[in-house]
Amino acid sequence: MNQSLDSDTLSYTRRIMDALRLDPVLLALLLVLATFGCLVLYSATGADSASVLRQVTRIVVALLLLVAVANVPLRVIRKFSIWLYLGGVAMLIAVMFFGEIGKGAQRWLNLGFIRFQPSEILKLAVPMIVAAYLANRVLPVGWRELLVSALLVAVPVLLIARQPDLGTAILVGSAGFFVLFLAGVQWRVMIILGVIMSMMAPLLWKFALHDYQRTRILTLLDPESDPLGSGYHIIQSKIAIGSGGVYGKGWLNGTQSQLDFIPERTTDFIFSVFGEEFGFFGSVVLLLIYLAIIFRGLYIAAHSTENFGRLLAGALSLTFFVYLFVNTGMVAGMLPVVGVPLPLVSYGGTSMVTLMVGFGLIMSIRSAKRFLV
Amino acid sequence: MSKREQLKDDYLENRLIRRRLVLAAVFTVLLLCLVIGRLYVLQVVEHEYFSTLSDSNRVRIKALPPTRGLIFDRNGIVMADNLPAYRLEIVREQVSDLDLLLQQLQQYVDVSDQDLKRFHQSLKRRRPFESIPLRLNLDDAEVARLAVNLHQFEGVEINARLTRNYPNGAHAVHALGYVGRIDERDLGKVSEVDYAGTTHIGKLGLEKFYEKELHGEVGIQQVEVNARGRTLRVLSETPPVQGNNLYLTIDSRLQKIAEEAFADQSGAAVAIDPNNGEILALVSMPIFDPNLFVNGISFDNYHALRDSHRRPLFNRALSGQYPPGSTTKPFFGLLGLESAVMQAKQRVFCIGYYKLPNEERRYRDWKKEGHGHMDLNDAIIQSCDVYFYDLAYRVGIDRMSEFMGKFGFGVKTGVDSTGERNGIMPSREWKRGHDGMPWFPGETLITGIGQGALLVTPLQLANSTAAFARRGIRYQPHLVKSIEMIPDYRQIDTPSRIVGRYELQREANWQHVHDAMVDVVHGLRGTAKGISRGMQYRAAGKTGTAQVFEIAQDEEYKEDEVIEKLRDHALFISYAPAANPRIAVAVIVENGGHGSSVAAPIARKIMDAYLLEKS
Repeated sequence: MNQSLDSDTLSYTRRIMDALRLDPVLLALLLVLATFGCLVLYSATGADSASVLRQVTRIVVALLLLVAVANVPLRVIRKFSIWLYLGGVAMLIAVMFFGEIGKGAQRWLNLGFIRFQPSEILKLAVPMIVAAYLANRVLPVGWRELLVSALLVAVPVLLIARQPDLGTAILVGSAGFFVLFLAGVQWRVMIILGVIMSMMAPLLWKFALHDYQRTRILTLLDPESDPLGSGYHIIQSKIAIGSGGVYGKGWLNGTQSQLDFIPERTTDFIFSVFGEEFGFFGSVVLLLIYLAIIFRGLYIAAHSTENFGRLLAGALSLTFFVYLFVNTGMVAGMLPVVGVPLPLVSYGGTSMVTLMVGFGLIMSIRSAKRFLV
Repeated sequence: MSKREQLKDDYLENRLIRRRLVLAAVFTVLLLCLVIGRLYVLQVVEHEYFSTLSDSNRVRIKALPPTRGLIFDRNGIVMADNLPAYRLEIVREQVSDLDLLLQQLQQYVDVSDQDLKRFHQSLKRRRPFESIPLRLNLDDAEVARLAVNLHQFEGVEINARLTRNYPNGAHAVHALGYVGRIDERDLGKVSEVDYAGTTHIGKLGLEKFYEKELHGEVGIQQVEVNARGRTLRVLSETPPVQGNNLYLTIDSRLQKIAEEAFADQSGAAVAIDPNNGEILALVSMPIFDPNLFVNGISFDNYHALRDSHRRPLFNRALSGQYPPGSTTKPFFGLLGLESAVMQAKQRVFCIGYYKLPNEERRYRDWKKEGHGHMDLNDAIIQSCDVYFYDLAYRVGIDRMSEFMGKFGFGVKTGVDSTGERNGIMPSREWKRGHDGMPWFPGETLITGIGQGALLVTPLQLANSTAAFARRGIRYQPHLVKSIEMIPDYRQIDTPSRIVGRYELQREANWQHVHDAMVDVVHGLRGTAKGISRGMQYRAAGKTGTAQVFEIAQDEEYKEDEVIEKLRDHALFISYAPAANPRIAVAVIVENGGHGSSVAAPIARKIMDAYLLEKS
């Protein structure tokens, strides 16, 4: 702790934090990240303060939700898991029949007063239900538990992949997988599953993937093959990041970004704007902030007093990492283009809310131990 | 369960989870190092390379729009082709002050608000190095003025691009449809890659229905440009592939004769080959010049077309729904015999009106004094209403709607164009769904003479007539005879599809009605005997007159027009040669009065043109 700070002020802040059941470290990191995000967004939108203001509004709303969720007792959250899960799956099925179609995929559900993607709910509900299910069982998990959990994960993942929304399916699937991983699935089981998956890959390639998804993967191998379509994204994104160099071209000075070369530069490809303007140095700093957030989450998981909290906090933190890895990997041309935003930085409200609520859960897990001891 | 519960050891489990958490953390760091390594390669190792690319990001990718497929009539006469037209295009990234440039350009060419709006729309969608059209179809004077001053304007280009052209003008416009500039509504429907560089898209009719065939495949050109963005040389090129060509079932000559036969009357005529469903002519009058729409129709022109009380933009042949009137009588007559409710020689006495038992209301015949004794033959030849009131009363609405459905009444024909409407064949279920009311017996009578809720489109009526001519075999009518695939010029014929088949109980029943229809044209008392003079073949037909009892509520009251508007629609259906039908025709002349005097002569001209020329 910083000794130069007035100890009264410090304890005052801490008292507020405790009263609100918030984790000051995690909260501070999230705020730093969101601030970074707004700065890049300002540049990516071509200095459009109205867009940034909208984003700030979203951040504030999401933070309020975080505080609200952080104050829900963990046992309530645990009891609520099953209903959230069932409701989420029901809505996914509803989307299949009544969903609204946007950009070629059927993802949206319109309830009249609000329009949202039910798949977002599952990003939280899947790790919650699997964690709740495994929390009382003997660990490491046996075959029976493994099978039930796999089923709990597979149903929503397949429904989401059908929409098609590969990005979200990956996120939901990995969230479920992480709970199982933390619950101690044996290595040989994972190896067997891995072998089965890789054997199924050609089948998936042939039957499960849409044409455009295949194109994206092929494009990654040879971006020049589709220079007017998705290859263009990768080519231009690499030029932007690469031309940034060690220290970057400076805020608001990225020529690639400012001249409209980067498509989706406020959403999925915002990291290329960041890379161009802040360079290698800035990018590493940004990644370290992310790493700090993930580590803080894992720390809270490790110090939780019951399995539900351990599993859930751990899985949510690791899913956050998947966001980061898939997005930066895609923007840097290492992974195929799937629609995963850069968490807490990309423009848009849906993922912002889900992520902040997720951190609210982690904070609730953190405070839970105090009241149990 | 309880046994396992006892084995639960929180300490061990906590250790397990912690071990896994640490493992996951290590993985996280490793994967993040991978990303950082990748960034290191891009930003430090290969920085120079990308930096050069970025500075002189001068390799441009240009989309080469494909040439739209051509449309020919069944004999190879060109119905739609492409002509070079000059366009004023702007490359955004080469312009320093766009607003100023737009202002300056207006000194040399007219730029309408609509042009500007479209320009700004595509500006948002297109990449900054793509040329975006500001004005299409420049005339020679404008091109000359611009060319002289082009050196002042950075980023302005005059390009000749092929643009859709309809060489015959208004001819067959309702069969062809037209293309127009891509607007917001089209954007979601087409792939941005396939349509990069394409400015026009099928808006209506065949042009819209066959958009996929006609459009072709986009080409790609990689060019090197100088610092100002001017193209220095082409590095590589994948040429575009022209869209496929369409060969129509329409006979342009026949179509022309039909259009001229209408003179200045409004209405529709459809001619179909009953043996395969090919549409030989599809006429909706009045017609308009689709070329007006290709490059954005002017405000005045559009309003003149839209607000004309004759509604030239309305495709009556497919979207117009009319009461078929007495043209339904052959069908109902056949139903009477087939259901054994009537005998061919059975007579009904017509006193000029018909009354339902226990009801006071009189259902009038068109002939006040009545026709006297009528058998089926007389009733069709003289179009006696009372006979068909009685028939309808005896058969009942359920059998009527089932039977008519088999001949295609009330169902879409499935023609390969846009804007087709259903028509209505009323039934009990339809009425309940329509206004929640039960079916009244009186409505059965009205339906029996083709009035009331019963509505048909001219295409439907022609196709039902064709199905009647083929004794119940109904084809799906179609406008495209074959598609010529580019680049290998393979012809793919549209297959003839039978979509309905009514099995006759007795061939003789059909023969009775058919004979009566021949007598309508050739008999002494036939309602259409006027057209049989000098006819070199025998035709079967039926006239019809449909009452127009209402004016739409939102229409203005204009005395001189109202009188014409309240006049009846004239209808005529026909097929010929009677012994072996090769053409079936339906003609509707709006507010034309009687079918015999107005609609039948048009049908005769169409049949003459087709049958006499061919044989």
